Amino acid sequence: MKHIIVFLEPKDEHSLKRTSYEAITAAKQTGAEITGFAVSGTQTALQSAAEYGLQKVVLAQHLLLNNYSSTAVSEALSQFASSVQADTIFISANATGKEIAPRISIKLHAGFIPDCNELSNDSAMRPVFAGKAKVHVKSNTPITVYSLRPNVFTAKSNPSAGVSISSFSPNLDESHAKVKVVSILKNEGHLDVSEADIIVSGGRGLKGPEHFTLIENLAATLGAAVGASRAVVDAGWRPHSEQVGQTGKTVSPSLYIACGISGAVQHLAGMSSSKFILAINKDKEAPIFKVADYGIVGDVFEVLPVLNQKLKALLGK
Amino acid sequence: MNILVCISQVPDTTTKVQVASDGISIDRTGVKFILNPYDEFALEEGLQLREKFGGTVTALTLGGETCKEILRTALAMGADKAILIKDEHKNDSYSVAFQISEIAKTMNPDVLMLGRQSIDYDSFAMAPMLAELLGLPSISMVSSLTIDGNLITAERDIEGGKEVLESSLPCVISAQKGLNNPRYPKLPDIMKAKSKPIEEIPSLSTDARISTMAMQLPISKRIGKVSGDSESEISDIVLALHEEAKVI
Repeated sequence: MKHIIVFLEPKDEHSLKRTSYEAITAAKQTGAEITGFAVSGTQTALQSAAEYGLQKVVLAQHLLLNNYSSTAVSEALSQFASSVQADTIFISANATGKEIAPRISIKLHAGFIPDCNELSNDSAMRPVFAGKAKVHVKSNTPITVYSLRPNVFTAKSNPSAGVSISSFSPNLDESHAKVKVVSILKNEGHLDVSEADIIVSGGRGLKGPEHFTLIENLAATLGAAVGASRAVVDAGWRPHSEQVGQTGKTVSPSLYIACGISGAVQHLAGMSSSKFILAINKDKEAPIFKVADYGIVGDVFEVLPVLNQKLKALLGK
Repeated sequence: MNILVCISQVPDTTTKVQVASDGISIDRTGVKFILNPYDEFALEEGLQLREKFGGTVTALTLGGETCKEILRTALAMGADKAILIKDEHKNDSYSVAFQISEIAKTMNPDVLMLGRQSIDYDSFAMAPMLAELLGLPSISMVSSLTIDGNLITAERDIEGGKEVLESSLPCVISAQKGLNNPRYPKLPDIMKAKSKPIEEIPSLSTDARISTMAMQLPISKRIGKVSGDSESEISDIVLALHEEAKVI
């Protein structure tokens, strides 16, 4: 890797998304030249990247970029990468990244290595078969696009002297903006499982939607997101946005607390790469205990209030 | 409406994965292969669109002889045509997307549907790659959609919310769980599908843009400390989370 273009996304007026900082950290570890590339963001947000060692950011500006059309974003980044003859592109494998990274790889005739969780200077490792195996992959092309699994490359403080921001005007037309975003509905006040550092997840062991308050209370104590197994989502107790598992979301938080979840293969597929797992289940044979770091064999109705109380005491709440 | 649904055959979710003797792929011995679950949503959506607007649903897959099984499932569910691009090697996402796009160019579909990911390699790459190769718009991970004339309106989950998007046809759509409830093929239709024709097309050779150097089973490094539910044991766990795991 000689020159890496890192795709950056703003979170708000002051900062970028954590996944953008993670991508910068991953790029810094290669020793290559790095240019950050964004299609939106305030000066403050873009400059916050200096904390992680970035020195150069290019902000693409064009009317057609305002609507976040994945085709327009992909075209703009590809044009920029070509103009500086970059050989590597790093994009987070979040929802946006999943749309733009494959398109950019086609535009640049580049090999595309998705969802990497380890990188070296010319190859990557990534999980396959829902994490049951991993593959070591190499690109055969002069340019390579890598998408990075979120929450793996922990963002590392490594301050640079500052970020210089320059502007880029891509050549875009209506053909790049055929998909229009009509509206965005945010789940107000709820931390999404895919962005959370701690997740408290509930399954059928909770016996009914009304008992999920036990999960919500523990989550509130820890500042965690609430997750759910497929069974309780299918039963209508919790929304699909909380579902963790093969047909839900894949998460890799620092701590995953599985409450009343047996640990079906499909659920494990979504959370087995969590850094630490605590399982609470009254069945000591439950498969979840085979992947847990810590396990409590007991009734969630008795354990969760005690656990919540002890965590509050520890956290001074 | 001309609807093309791209499907793939994958190992069943409960498969115990072993590495084959070539060191770079999954050992297929004793593995049960199924129609990729996300592609079922795509097929069902295609069939519902045909019920609403008329037209044809073509199921297309790339792979070896065993992939005919999923095409028979698609025919039993109600697909009008089935096509197999005969490629035993299935090099990488790009070579699959390239070959499918060459066929799609001859068919000119109004809607190209597929599942958001295949549960073997989890790349999520096919829909955007196909769209780019065909010069078409794409909307991925769609959980609901409506078509009105030439306009498609779709909803997709994003981190912390939902997006509603619009595009004109033709368009590439990848299906998310919740898009619909796939129908179970009826036994008479399963029997009829056994003798329906499957068009076979030879594969086009393309260079793989990425190569697998090795496949390994991950080593599980879990602490595995399981205890009872007494108050003191719960206290120990809390302490361990704080001092050993350092996550609280």
